[in-house]
Amino acid sequence: MARAFHWLIPHPFLTLILAVVWTLLQNEISAGMVVFGIILGIIIPWATSVWWPDTPKAFKLRKMILYSFMVMWDILVANVQVAWIVLTVPNNKLKPAWIVIPLELRQPEAITVLAGTITLTPGTVSADLSDEGHSLLVHVLHTDDPDAVRDEIKTRYEAYLKEIFS
Amino acid sequence: MTAEIVGTYATSLFLLIGSGFALVGAIGLLKFNDSMSRMHAPTKVGTAGIGMLLLASIVHSSLLGETSIHELLIMAFLFVTAPISANFIAKVNIHQKACETPPDPPRDETWSTLNVPDSDPDPDPANQ
Repeated sequence: MARAFHWLIPHPFLTLILAVVWTLLQNEISAGMVVFGIILGIIIPWATSVWWPDTPKAFKLRKMILYSFMVMWDILVANVQVAWIVLTVPNNKLKPAWIVIPLELRQPEAITVLAGTITLTPGTVSADLSDEGHSLLVHVLHTDDPDAVRDEIKTRYEAYLKEIFS
Repeated sequence: MTAEIVGTYATSLFLLIGSGFALVGAIGLLKFNDSMSRMHAPTKVGTAGIGMLLLASIVHSSLLGETSIHELLIMAFLFVTAPISANFIAKVNIHQKACETPPDPPRDETWSTLNVPDSDPDPDPANQ
């Protein structure tokens, strides 16, 4: 039974997301659309499963939800900070910097989430990954202390993601 | 105060905050000097701006009695796609040397953007 379930729904989480997104796209809840969403949610992961060879073995959903709330709060706070920088710091006083973050995360999914988080929190943009994937290149808009920014990203986001994906 | 009045005030407040953020994003795009710093303002301040405008839309539609949560989907798509476009702009900047050259990575040889095989011809005729 468990094997049949796994064969039919290799990515239960993706199935759920696809069904919810389909229902949201209709902008109204009707039984027919929910059923169609579930059908899509089964067909799409099945058809694309060839491109998902190494799905993360462990994934802590509850921590991920907490993490996304933390990130949303950080985005709000940092938006105000960047708006303040844009409006008050003159161009010649602006101190942009490259920082290099050595990565402890190994899973591509985890690194993607970290890079997305860094880009979404204003003031930092993740620009590139080293060729073997051991460090992340980040551009900071305005900072006096690049090392502090690096340490904050490592302790606040990377440590959290390590717990989620382990 | 009825719910209608509170809702109207809330909608206007969200609209004002959202358009304020969008304005700051546009100012940042015009103000900064180099393309890397320029990229910061619109790609990021924009997310808060658009988030607030969509929140206003949700409040307004539920006020009219036609509750719509489409907007959550727009926000989700925006949050997933914004980092990718920002990443591509950054990669183009690194390639075109429109910014300071990034420091070398500590453990690996080079950044993946700069890791071009020797056999690949440079598409820019100026460099040949």
